[in-house]
Amino acid sequence: MALTHDDHHDVHGVHEHEHEHHEQNFIQKYVFSEDHKMIAKQYLVTGIIWAFIGGLLSILFRLQLGFPDLKLDGLRWLLGNWINAEGKLETEFYLALVTMHGTIMVFFVLTAGLSGTFSNFLIPLQIGARDMASGFLNMLSFWFFLVAGLIMFASLFISTGPAAGGWVIYPPLSAIPTASNGSGMGMTLWLISMALFIVSQLMGGLNYITTIINLRTRGMSFSKLPLTIWSFFLTAVLGLLSFPVLLAAALLLIFDRSFGTSFYISEIYIGGEALPQQGGSAVLFQHLFWFLGHPEVYIVLLPALGITSEVIATNSRKPIFGYRAMIGSMLGITLLAFIVWAHHMFVSGMNPFLGSVFMFLTLIIAVPSAVKAFNYITTLWKGNIVFTPAMLFSIGLVSLFVAGGVTGIILGNAALDIQLHDTYFVVAHFHLVMGSASFFGLMAGVYHWFPKMYGRMMNDTLGYIHFWLSFIGVFCVFFPMHYIGIAGFPRRYYSFSTYDLTNSFADLNMFISIAAIVTFASQGLFAWNFFYSMFKGKKSVQNPWRSNTIEWTAPVVPGHGNWEGPIPAVYRWPYDYSKPGAVEDYIPQTVPFSSTPESNLPEETEQIALEKAIEELHVFQKEVSAKSGGH
Amino acid sequence: MVYIVGLLAAVLLVLTVVVLNRMSVFTKGFASTSSSNEPGLANKINAALLPIVFVVGSIAGVWSFIEATPNFLPDPSSTHGKEIDTMFWWFMGIVTVAFFLTSVLLFAFAFKYQYDPKRRATFYPVNHRLELAWTVIPAIIMAIMVFMGWRVWRDITTEAPADAYVIEVTGKQFNWIARYPGVDDNKLGSYNYKLIDATNEVGIDLSDEAAFDDVISNTLYLPKGVPVLLKIRARDVLHSVFLPHLRVKMDAVPGMPTKFWFTATKTTDEMKAETNDPKFEYRLNCTEICGQGHFSMKMNVVVLEEDDFKAWLKTQKSFLATNTSYLDRVPARLKAKAMKYTESAEEAPAGESAPEGEAPADSTAAASGATASLR
Repeated sequence: MALTHDDHHDVHGVHEHEHEHHEQNFIQKYVFSEDHKMIAKQYLVTGIIWAFIGGLLSILFRLQLGFPDLKLDGLRWLLGNWINAEGKLETEFYLALVTMHGTIMVFFVLTAGLSGTFSNFLIPLQIGARDMASGFLNMLSFWFFLVAGLIMFASLFISTGPAAGGWVIYPPLSAIPTASNGSGMGMTLWLISMALFIVSQLMGGLNYITTIINLRTRGMSFSKLPLTIWSFFLTAVLGLLSFPVLLAAALLLIFDRSFGTSFYISEIYIGGEALPQQGGSAVLFQHLFWFLGHPEVYIVLLPALGITSEVIATNSRKPIFGYRAMIGSMLGITLLAFIVWAHHMFVSGMNPFLGSVFMFLTLIIAVPSAVKAFNYITTLWKGNIVFTPAMLFSIGLVSLFVAGGVTGIILGNAALDIQLHDTYFVVAHFHLVMGSASFFGLMAGVYHWFPKMYGRMMNDTLGYIHFWLSFIGVFCVFFPMHYIGIAGFPRRYYSFSTYDLTNSFADLNMFISIAAIVTFASQGLFAWNFFYSMFKGKKSVQNPWRSNTIEWTAPVVPGHGNWEGPIPAVYRWPYDYSKPGAVEDYIPQTVPFSSTPESNLPEETEQIALEKAIEELHVFQKEVSAKSGGH
Repeated sequence: MVYIVGLLAAVLLVLTVVVLNRMSVFTKGFASTSSSNEPGLANKINAALLPIVFVVGSIAGVWSFIEATPNFLPDPSSTHGKEIDTMFWWFMGIVTVAFFLTSVLLFAFAFKYQYDPKRRATFYPVNHRLELAWTVIPAIIMAIMVFMGWRVWRDITTEAPADAYVIEVTGKQFNWIARYPGVDDNKLGSYNYKLIDATNEVGIDLSDEAAFDDVISNTLYLPKGVPVLLKIRARDVLHSVFLPHLRVKMDAVPGMPTKFWFTATKTTDEMKAETNDPKFEYRLNCTEICGQGHFSMKMNVVVLEEDDFKAWLKTQKSFLATNTSYLDRVPARLKAKAMKYTESAEEAPAGESAPEGEAPADSTAAASGATASLR
């Protein structure tokens, strides 16, 4: 790949040339950056901050649940009047905490923090592109997210408190300010924040899809894409099709709240008067909400599964088992994710026949999910496993995915859901399968790609401790919740003690709260490791995990445009690990078959003929690159 | 207190992990060369911890389950509840087996195939037969499970028998109100949300003669052994009727009446004997977030033998009889009939000065509730 200086100019094109001698100033580089890597880091750091805020809120309500007699006067400096005269959390504020915890974790941490970080960071680097299709749109996407976050954060501090109707904000509770303090200004801010967030997600999603379709390097066909990219692609498709529906739902809710329409409200008598609105349907909102809400589960989960696929294959030193089946199951999940939403509504009062239909559809989605789990396990079989922190978090993800997934089969059954709906059984289920599993995927991704992001390594030992505390911790927190659910305890209850029968779970609740505090505290280790290693970590080598994907062929800290010189061509799939006959136990995607005759499979020898065609694309790409100004 | 033991065990486990990991720091110097890529002792420790944590976790899981069992709900007190519970425990058994099988493989493989410099991983990218097997087998098992579930669901949600006893339950922030059709016509009167006031909490429309004998109660009395059809309404925001012992749950939606029918099989007294708890009470809880009082929005429920239930209902005065001033709302042509209910109370005010009872044209007949839930 020797290249003369002139070639360098050609490839980078006009745009690059312009900037060659002008260093970007601080604001261009770190604040209003259009570089996908910097935007990814902005998403990541913002996501980490949000994760700590969201986690802290959950600790506050776990204190109330685990230690109902505890005096919280010591927290008055933080919570002010939300601590009442007896030193306890206000009941209304408890609901606000639950609501904000859910909103923050689902949208700001596991959607923006996960997809935003890794789609932005990995798509150009793994498909071989200089940057995203539109750097400006990408920057705008982050800033919309940040503003959405700031508005949500501000809502924590207003006198009536933030939204308090649960993260699902079902009207009429969320539509009528007199129904709850949180349905006043807090709800307004929630809606504004979410509207901006959706705009941000749409701009991001458009960019991801366009980039993956149009900017792949030569030779990078869809059948050679790493599974990470497949997962980001399908996630973006899910988001693009479902987020607008939430925007519509939110818009109609805004109309109901402010302009006297009755899309969702009907025949209501509240605060001593009968409201004039008639003919609306509260269930309509639930349909619209879950049309996003259910795909959202997969928006959160698919990137984590993609990251896990990559990490497990690399560290097992084995190809991912069933590459095509993995893509197929992700496609299946993507499609089915749109037609299972009403399993959240079996007892909402909708027609039971609809319930039957959605029960059948819901249990179909369990099949591709099961296939994914089996494929991960088979990938480990006869591997040569290196337990990096990323690998441990990936194995942890599989374990959590299975543990939480199996109870989905119970909850997807409409008849069983009658008893379990809105109990702690549901809380246990989705925190394991969606919350914790996605969080573990996020962590796996951070540990794995940290060297590519900052050119330094994170501390392994701290990573191991972080993993074990988190892994044992989340099981201690969420596994016992199944018992509380089976005992018929409803979720979003401020207090267990008014519920005579389940008083007996006081010990268990204390245990859960202590486990939650320990788990939360152990995330501090991660934060320290993350920020310390960013500046003081051991310098990374170019390909620390001896991985096949092409981001590791870029410089240790890739500059603007990612590769110096031309973007490498791709000749093979990303999972040629431990190939029989090969010298090393990995063959990067950029190595042509013609240079590895010792390890080629018969059908791969045939592909040598195609390499010329891939090379010829080079000339073509150069021309396009020059015309389009380098991007 | 048993949980304290469990907690201590967890803390110990965590400490073990910390110590082991600390050890790896000290041994790192000679366990691996300066090339950080060569996995050393830390790899072995992590590989060993995975199955250890799984085994210890499984034991803790089984133990905690046994400990928690006495706190689970008693056997269901309704006919459909029995079917739900049987299916639930069978399916839990199936998924638990699936969970253990996959987890054993996951952790065993992770341990067995840990890094060994002398070995190379097996290049094994695909096996279509294997993939087909584990697509088809779960699909078949799932199909059987979903079919069984669907049959139970269909039976539960089928139309209530014609002779089912109808009771209306209305949710409001933050309590529940029950309405009985009375003893004379066994028919719930119409209602209209615009007629709601501080006394007439569910908006009974007294221009409907079927409403004259309607009885309001703050405790939900249910007859045993008879199909009961709950007609469920909400006044302000969403609520949800949850009768945990009876395995009943249905949202209460403002503007959209819902319903759920079931047959109770055990009276409160029988449950007191069965659970050995003289203080046992059935209860109705709200399970849909509805505001700051959500957690305390409950209603006492009493299940009586059918005869006792009828006797109880006979002793109850109708809404009209307890609130005679509402006689004003009764149209002139029905006054005579309505007076029968108020006679026992003091003499009703003369109808002349009071405005003629006039119901809004859009009052909902109680019977139409059934169709509304099919939306």
